[in-house]
Amino acid sequence: MSPEPYPVVEKPFGKALAVLGERFPELVVVDADLVRATDTAEFRSRFPSRHWNVGVAEANMVGIATGLALSGKTAFCGTFACFASQRVCDQAVLAAYCHAPVVICGVEPALTSGSNGATHQGMLDLAIMRAIPNMRVFEAADATETSSMVEYTLLHPGTTYMRVPRAKAPVILDPDTYRFEAGRAVRLRDGADVTIIASGIMLARALQAAQALAAEGVGARVVNMSSLKPIDEAEILSAAQETGCLVTAENHNLIGGLGSAVAEVLASRARVPLVRVGVQDVFGEVGPIDWLADKFGISSAHIARAAREAISLKANKGRPVQA
Amino acid sequence: MGETPAIAELKAMCADIRRDIVRMIHAGGSGHPGGSLSVVEILTALYFRVMRIDPHNPTWDGRDRLILSKGHASSALYAVLARRGFFPVENLRTFNAPGTTLQKHIDMHRVPGVEVSSGSLGQGLSVGVGMALADRLDLRDRRVFVVLSDGECQAGQTWEAAMAAAHYGLGKLMALVDHNRLQTDGTIAEIMGISPLEDKWRAFGWGVRRIDGHDLEQILDVVREAEAEPAKPQVIIAVTVKGKGISYMENSVPWHSHPIDDEQLRLALQELDEAAKEMVAP
Ligand SMILES: Cc1ncc(C[n+]2csc(CCOP(=O)(O)OP(=O)(O)O)c2C)c(N)n1
Ligand SMILES: [Mg+2]
Repeated sequence: MSPEPYPVVEKPFGKALAVLGERFPELVVVDADLVRATDTAEFRSRFPSRHWNVGVAEANMVGIATGLALSGKTAFCGTFACFASQRVCDQAVLAAYCHAPVVICGVEPALTSGSNGATHQGMLDLAIMRAIPNMRVFEAADATETSSMVEYTLLHPGTTYMRVPRAKAPVILDPDTYRFEAGRAVRLRDGADVTIIASGIMLARALQAAQALAAEGVGARVVNMSSLKPIDEAEILSAAQETGCLVTAENHNLIGGLGSAVAEVLASRARVPLVRVGVQDVFGEVGPIDWLADKFGISSAHIARAAREAISLKANKGRPVQA
Repeated sequence: MGETPAIAELKAMCADIRRDIVRMIHAGGSGHPGGSLSVVEILTALYFRVMRIDPHNPTWDGRDRLILSKGHASSALYAVLARRGFFPVENLRTFNAPGTTLQKHIDMHRVPGVEVSSGSLGQGLSVGVGMALADRLDLRDRRVFVVLSDGECQAGQTWEAAMAAAHYGLGKLMALVDHNRLQTDGTIAEIMGISPLEDKWRAFGWGVRRIDGHDLEQILDVVREAEAEPAKPQVIIAVTVKGKGISYMENSVPWHSHPIDDEQLRLALQELDEAAKEMVAP
């Protein structure tokens, strides 16, 4: 099952940079030979003096961004999510330790890098980045959120890792009213039986699963958790209290990502069943995204199945207990 | 000390800084004496004669900036900054004590005058490139100095940054390599040779000069000379002696990272005092 068709926007990330570049003269961009993937060509042509392409040298890219950021700039830099985390972990640590407003952007995260296969499917970026103190970790769910997120990091500078879509992205959230905020989750649909917490491309799949569940008479709340760190603890705890069981849905290895982050909150605060949907600690392979989502267990059908499982676990264990 | 201290004054300052270094490492119970002692003249010349800085206003907009990429030589930088007036010399006693601002590897947010945290080798030149790019973009006429170790010339990121600095023609960026020819596990030559070092930098598009890194006059001359060549980044290969000034530490691999006990401190201070007396005598 592939997600509902939404209207599509071209290059929301690159567009946001190019538009916001006007309003924020401190915005600069550093690339590492993947302007075609980071969609920064428009920014580059509008602000050539504020863009640098350092070649295949990701560590240097983040280091240079740190120097720029320590000189009054908000420095965006980006590459595929795998390299934007794995290759530059120590450089990201330095940026965070210096409190440098560097925004590291991982494009084509995990299975969305479908046709490139396992080497390019960054599935541990969220785990790596979440574990770095002072690092904010965001994942945009759609075009609206992508541009809002870029704006947020300019209004609230800080060391940040964000997953952003490449090229086309759906519009799920209302561009007129939606504003991204660190540490704030947004409820897109309400339901009394289970809460599905999703991020990135999984939001559309979660909404689709909720629709399928509704046809069976199951009410599923859907929450967009685009700020993985800081995370909206209150939203997680009220979901636990009000729906009694949770499902997380992430395009990431099950170790260290959204499911882990939610489990960390629940562990000490609420005892309710949590079923995590994500990649089961295996490497990916080439294929179209929907085929990969089916194969690696992150389709909307997997989310719906996880929701039923969570509800039956709840039934076995009775009402949630507040710790 | 005046605005432009004479060489004799700088020499005396270097002797004081060496005393500070051994006292700090003695008090802190651990540290990096070798690479701190080798970089003393380089840092002293830069902070006392070359850099435009204001110790009373460490974040002054027009200041020159220095990155000590070899962050394990923190004790040298802390002593220089304290002696230059950024913070009280008494604070040096807290080096690496629990709760101290003077961490063994440097935290920029705890120490006035420090521009960049360091300790993970090989990253400083990239940060320097970013700073120099920002200065150029903002039309700020100020300089960026990056002090590297020779061990860092084995790191890939250093050469990524070197390539970028030349590509962007960063004439306000100067690297100084503390070429003490030793690293943690042995000599540079036996672990992973970096020679011909000048040729490498030159091939990467840098202006290159080699000097005696303990000769203050040479350091000052060559910095001036390099700055007269603003079209490309400049590197100064400062040949130094690891552990300089304390005979039993000089050219010694184990003294890269080593505590200093009471007797070793006494001997070190005695040697430094004698050397200082000789300096004054003629
Ligand atoms: C990335 C990284 N790897 C390893 C270390 C541990 N380490 C500290 S100093 C050093 C090498 C010391 O030799 P050199 O770099 O030449 O410094 P110097 O001789 O000036 O003390 C190493 C490997 C480190 N600090 N950072
Ligand atoms: Mg060395």
